[in-house]
Amino acid sequence: MHRKTIHEIRDLLRKKEVTAVEVTENSLKRINEIDDKLGAFVSIEADKALEAAREVDKKLQAGETLPDLAGIPMALKDNMCMKGTISTCSSRMMEGFLSPYDATVVERLKANGAVIVGKANMDEFAMGSSTETSAFKLTKNPYDLERVPGGSSGGSAASVAAGEVYYSLGSDTGGSIRQPASLCGLVGFKPTYGRVSRYGLVAFASSLDQIGPFTKDVEDCAIVMNTLAGHDPMDSTSAKVEVPDYTKFLTKDIRGMRIGMPKEYFGEGVPEDMRKCMMEAIDVLKSLGAEIKEISLPLSEYALAVYYILASSEASSNLARFDGIRYGYRAKEFTDAIDIYVKSRTEGFGDEVKRRIMLGTYALSAGYYDAYYKKALRVRTRIINEYKEAFKEVDVIVSPTSPSVAFKFGEKTANPLEMYLSDIYTVPVNIAGVPGVSVPAGFIKGLPAGLQFIGNYFEEGTLLKVAHAFEQATDHHKVRPTI
Amino acid sequence: MAVTIKDVEYVAKLARLEFNEQQMQKFTQDLNGILGYVEKLSEVDTEGVEISIHPFPMFNALREDIVRPSLDREEALLNAPEKEDNLFKVPKVIE
Amino acid sequence: MKYEAIIGLEVHVELATKTKMYCSCTTEFGGDTNNHCCPVCLGLPGSLPVLNKEAVNYAIKAGLALNCTINKETYMARKNYFYPDCPKNYQITQDETPLCTDGYIEVAGEDGEKKIRIHRIHIEEDTGKGFHRVDGSYYDFNRAGVPLIEIVSSPDMRTPQEAKEYLEKLKAILQYVGVSDCKMEEGSLRCDANVSIRPEGSEEFGVKVEIKNMNSFRAVEKAIEYEIKRQIKAVENGEDIVQETRRWDESRLETVSMRSKEHAHDYRYFPDADIISLSVDDEWINRVKESLPELPEQKKTRYVKELGLPEYDAMILTMSKSLAAFFEACVAEGGNPKEVSNWMMGELLRTLNDKMLEIDDVKFRPADLVKLIELINKGTISGTIAKKVFKEMFETGNNPEKIVEEKGMVQVSDEGAIIEIINKVLDENPQSVIDFKNGKTKAMAL
Ligand SMILES: [Zn+2]
Repeated sequence: MHRKTIHEIRDLLRKKEVTAVEVTENSLKRINEIDDKLGAFVSIEADKALEAAREVDKKLQAGETLPDLAGIPMALKDNMCMKGTISTCSSRMMEGFLSPYDATVVERLKANGAVIVGKANMDEFAMGSSTETSAFKLTKNPYDLERVPGGSSGGSAASVAAGEVYYSLGSDTGGSIRQPASLCGLVGFKPTYGRVSRYGLVAFASSLDQIGPFTKDVEDCAIVMNTLAGHDPMDSTSAKVEVPDYTKFLTKDIRGMRIGMPKEYFGEGVPEDMRKCMMEAIDVLKSLGAEIKEISLPLSEYALAVYYILASSEASSNLARFDGIRYGYRAKEFTDAIDIYVKSRTEGFGDEVKRRIMLGTYALSAGYYDAYYKKALRVRTRIINEYKEAFKEVDVIVSPTSPSVAFKFGEKTANPLEMYLSDIYTVPVNIAGVPGVSVPAGFIKGLPAGLQFIGNYFEEGTLLKVAHAFEQATDHHKVRPTI
Repeated sequence: MAVTIKDVEYVAKLARLEFNEQQMQKFTQDLNGILGYVEKLSEVDTEGVEISIHPFPMFNALREDIVRPSLDREEALLNAPEKEDNLFKVPKVIE
Repeated sequence: MKYEAIIGLEVHVELATKTKMYCSCTTEFGGDTNNHCCPVCLGLPGSLPVLNKEAVNYAIKAGLALNCTINKETYMARKNYFYPDCPKNYQITQDETPLCTDGYIEVAGEDGEKKIRIHRIHIEEDTGKGFHRVDGSYYDFNRAGVPLIEIVSSPDMRTPQEAKEYLEKLKAILQYVGVSDCKMEEGSLRCDANVSIRPEGSEEFGVKVEIKNMNSFRAVEKAIEYEIKRQIKAVENGEDIVQETRRWDESRLETVSMRSKEHAHDYRYFPDADIISLSVDDEWINRVKESLPELPEQKKTRYVKELGLPEYDAMILTMSKSLAAFFEACVAEGGNPKEVSNWMMGELLRTLNDKMLEIDDVKFRPADLVKLIELINKGTISGTIAKKVFKEMFETGNNPEKIVEEKGMVQVSDEGAIIEIINKVLDENPQSVIDFKNGKTKAMAL
């Protein structure tokens, strides 16, 4: 049963072939069996999950027609607040933090009868591309336990790929949903900035963060997006743009669709086997009647530099609230009030978080603000304009999701810059704020590789349409790891 | 614009972080590495280009001035490392 | 050598909104500690601020009333600093793009009317409150996130008196438009002063010293006065003025240097991406403009032109919104403006002054004062008795007819005598009017 998709389980529930409690117990059992090896979860909420499942069963028995997600087990990345449960962001700093409120996405999930079984491991405060910066544990790639699941939403990705839950939520600031989806053979979706409420998502970079789903196929992705998307008065950056029914876009017909292939995304940085995999995928798109156009996005080269300035600067300020006064870790020994901050923060944050706080603080400090922060905001404007221009020519843009498949633990931890380069194809999408999706595109030496589609603002439907057509023409999404 | 150990010390103070000398050196090196990479932004002509705080212009998401319930006091103080008399406490230090 | 002082004021005013700047918690005082808090104003992880529309309206109102330009496109910024009363360890404020700029207030300077320019007005949020006890510090976040505007003047004031007049005028205007109750004693109006000196005739500015912790208008005046003297003395002794922040010590009547706890501030202002930009179009500005009530200047002119009051009376009566409201209520009840004005400026203000009360504390109704005047005019009571009746009215809040009836007060029928007595009353009490003008009366609560 754990190999099934959301829509398959939904149908079984509606046909009363299984109950929500059975599905949930099965999920909990699977977690119990494999999570010691996999390390996807930092906390499990078995009682709350079963309670939610029982509610769903009651309604099902009463003959109610329930939302698609009702009764289906899922996981939240541990940077999303859920009332009465612990959210840690995989940091010592937030160990034991009990949220007194629900994130808006959690409210929406609950209202749809979702069964939230636990919180998934992540890079500390979502800073990383391998989930190795988690203060608590390593999460393994279900395809190869010696390799990373990607990050920062590594736990969310691994939990779905390994069949512990049927879908999960991640957050994507520079690729943190799409890259682990690519490395774990899943569909990972980053909506347009403002499409999904950020209220209750512990902020990393306020102008880049978006919540999105991990699912086994595109239909599931559309189903989850139907629940997540929409305006939220609690988040001023949430857009008042109408939400269509995303499942309506899954027509498999992409004849005449103009797909842009930016030459910069298929350049020297792409290893030969990855390029081969991508070109095969592009042939599939051609065979489906899409029109492939070579385009150029020359400013994408600067997106990573813009990203590291903006994301780190925003993070340095967003993470200032962790000071040991109102919540979170407080050092045991200190000499005065200022020292409480210094000791608590020094002991509570890990190295990567400190590195970003330092970089961001430096970039905002007197004398450097214009040269770094403001400059980055101006280059951002040019990158945005470049995308807007591109979308006059094409309907979607295609690229590899990541330059590499899953790498080994420790392989990229020594040099921060090398780790940062994992996000080279995903970061521009966050800088421009457009939507992006990674879909399984094949395997390289037994490890999954993802294809990224990038869409125009609020054109999530078009993205899902092309992703679905591609997926349905291939079998990659049907493969499951053997764990 | 090479970052010196002194810069790192200053920034650490602003960020309320503390490092030993070895870490200081490592951070100086890391920051120089990253900022060296970031230096490439100077290649981009941004003369007369406006800043973009958000991916697209967004205006006026405002809230009506209507009171809604606050948290229960117990919930407000739920995660306090130390509290007394319904206040968050920061102890004075005995040296 | 003669020196000239350069004074600029930074005034923080709490806006009279029902809810906080970025969340829906009440701004009400009272109740328990930490009971008007939510994830947003506590700065809990994951929470997001949403700007209060009414707070923006109030800030625009203040800007218009203070003759400012309202800037069409502005964004909020973060001011980063660590302090235990600041829940997010940054304050959401405005930096490069204040909502209002380039306004002014006219004050009666030593050489006639003088314009004090207002450099900028921006919106921001208040912090929590710390209580310091022997064993540590304690924090209450009920005030955290309460909407504020900061009004920054240009360094246009030259004397402590001018500074005080500026504050009085500012307070009156803000009260008039109803954006704040401006109670300095309760902290809804706070003032910091920047003071420097230079030799008279010099064009350059001297080193600026910031003074904090002044809890009344009088304290502002005194502190500035003290600081000017201190700086002159220092310069004359060949000492350098240090750029620093000094605290006004009310008990010692001097400014004391606040030892800077850390190295120079580096607030790292940058745009707050959690809040989207603010766009105020002409339609919005006009809507606020139409909602503005009559301002003190306009009222004063009307009192002189339409009600025939002398310039001086009109100025006194329009100095506070409540006083003007009381006056206008009396006139609306059929009172003769000049007679009402005489009674208010004489007996009423003198009594308030003596008892350290404010006009809002008056128990009798405007109609009662009109009735009292009517009783005199009809010859029912004499001026001397009217004073006694007034005293009784003031103390009990009873209406004059009832008092006259109950106490069986003597009739005087000679109208001429009554008017004579009224005038005499006023002549005998010139001090109350002078005190009032000098702001000594609690009636003005300056
Ligand atoms: Zn609140």
